[in-house]
Amino acid sequence: MTLASTLPSLPGTEGPLTNAEVLRIRNDFPILGTVVNGKPLVYLDSGATSQNPSSVLEAEQEFYEQRNAAVHRGAHHLAVEATDAYEDARTAVAGFIGARAGELVWTSNATEAINLLAYSMSNASAGRGGEAARRFALAPGDRIVVTEMEHHANLIPWQELASRTGAELRFIPVGDDGALRLEEAAALLTPATRVLAFTHASNVLGTINPVHELVRLARNVGALTVLDACQSVPHLPIDVKALDVDFLAFSGHKMLGPTGIGALYGRAELLNAMPPFLTGGSMITTVSMERAEYLPSPNRFEAGTQRISQAIALGAAANYLAETGMHRIEAWEAALGERLVQGLSGIEGIRVLGPAAGTGRIGLASFDVDGVHAHDVGQFLDDRGIAVRVGHHCAQPLHRRLGLAATTRASAYLYNTTDEVDYFLEAVSGVRSFFGVR
Amino acid sequence: MSSNLEQLYQQIILDHAKERHGAGLLEHDGEGIVGESHQLNPVCGDEITLRAVVKDGGLRSVSWDGAGCAISMASASVLTDLMVGLRRDEVIALVDTFREVMRSRGKLEADEEVLGDAAAFSGVSRYPARVKCAMLAWVALEESLLAANH
Repeated sequence: MTLASTLPSLPGTEGPLTNAEVLRIRNDFPILGTVVNGKPLVYLDSGATSQNPSSVLEAEQEFYEQRNAAVHRGAHHLAVEATDAYEDARTAVAGFIGARAGELVWTSNATEAINLLAYSMSNASAGRGGEAARRFALAPGDRIVVTEMEHHANLIPWQELASRTGAELRFIPVGDDGALRLEEAAALLTPATRVLAFTHASNVLGTINPVHELVRLARNVGALTVLDACQSVPHLPIDVKALDVDFLAFSGHKMLGPTGIGALYGRAELLNAMPPFLTGGSMITTVSMERAEYLPSPNRFEAGTQRISQAIALGAAANYLAETGMHRIEAWEAALGERLVQGLSGIEGIRVLGPAAGTGRIGLASFDVDGVHAHDVGQFLDDRGIAVRVGHHCAQPLHRRLGLAATTRASAYLYNTTDEVDYFLEAVSGVRSFFGVR
Repeated sequence: MSSNLEQLYQQIILDHAKERHGAGLLEHDGEGIVGESHQLNPVCGDEITLRAVVKDGGLRSVSWDGAGCAISMASASVLTDLMVGLRRDEVIALVDTFREVMRSRGKLEADEEVLGDAAAFSGVSRYPARVKCAMLAWVALEESLLAANH
């Protein structure tokens, strides 16, 4: 799929990234040289948004300096150049997840991708799209299943869809170990289930969910599968065909790309049968004053002038990750994640959420500091130049399940070093004494 | 230890965050008019329910129930000490003064003569993300007074 993964096993192209390579990688990211409160920035908030390498920033600038034009219209030189660059980016990003270009719809972000799907189903439920779209239509008696660990982006669109169609929304609960209770999933996925939407990796717990097992359960009852891959596409090698999901959503800004761009992957035959969500220019074939015919996917879902520079920059980001090697990035982050979880677990008064170190989890750790609110923890760390996320991480139901209002999350990426993790751990060990808790 | 951080989290704030004067909602004993307000900061989940009792144009009591960061909890505690016993117009004037300091991005230093322990929150104004934390209880008191008016 990627250049790096098709190379024979040369020294330095297998196993985790090395410290020397990570230091070289850091030089590609101008912002990592920032000084915060007189201290070097330690950026451990990539789970919220990642930083951009120069190649991504340059791709965006180069587009505006040399190719800026509307795509898919106009016959002039710049329009052709812009369209080529835009579609090349689609091919690159689709290839990055093992999809074909026609199966990748550009959206503003993952939230919009999931909403696009939910609203398309809503339109199908209202009779739009004709016979071909009936498999997307929901009605009272139908069921949508999500999980208790979903980000609000993969929960609220389904709540709304259920409300609009009369379908019921159920969820697979999370166990005390931070994993889904699979034994309950089988009972929840009745033949009435039409959609199973779940996250590949939890943005709070770090848990990597058993996609194959869940897809198998959904397939058994004929339900469509929707994977929130926001926390997996940036960090793990992803092949949509191997995952065998029907739909998959992810955001560009979490994978070294700019904000304002994300994508919805869908199996081609499904996308081509779905009624559009946003309508207008660039998504039609013929239009009369009464009605319109629509282009096939992906254009049918891309109404209006698109996020051209963002798509091109995201293409550059996917190429950067592919050239670095997703297997190597995954291994490096697994090591950082284990260091984070083990280190935090060893500090008095710290409760780390999610599965134990060494089990299937991505390179992040959310934790509670006994006696100190997450906001205060975040402020204390910011004073030392450390950027983390605090709050409910857009997962209020999960926090309620864990009996917490807010937690602190450190999330690593390919550019983080073991020294940074150690500096962070040392800082955390000083939090409780600063706030006079011990 | 950094002086910036210590300016933000002054000892007086850390103490109030622990002692939490006024914490625990008081049952109304029938004297005066009760006003109540619930405030939530959706960004971090900090919340407070504040109950004010007004009698003869003055604030007879303040009590509250809340969960949140040291800044928001200390601010509610300090407010309780500062406000009880004041006339309604004095309370409103103090809320306005405090808000002005909080919104000043570090340009205004609170007058301890006027704001008492609440002057310790001056450092918060340099951290725009935390101003809402400091203001939570004050907004709740303002709304409680409005509620008691009706």
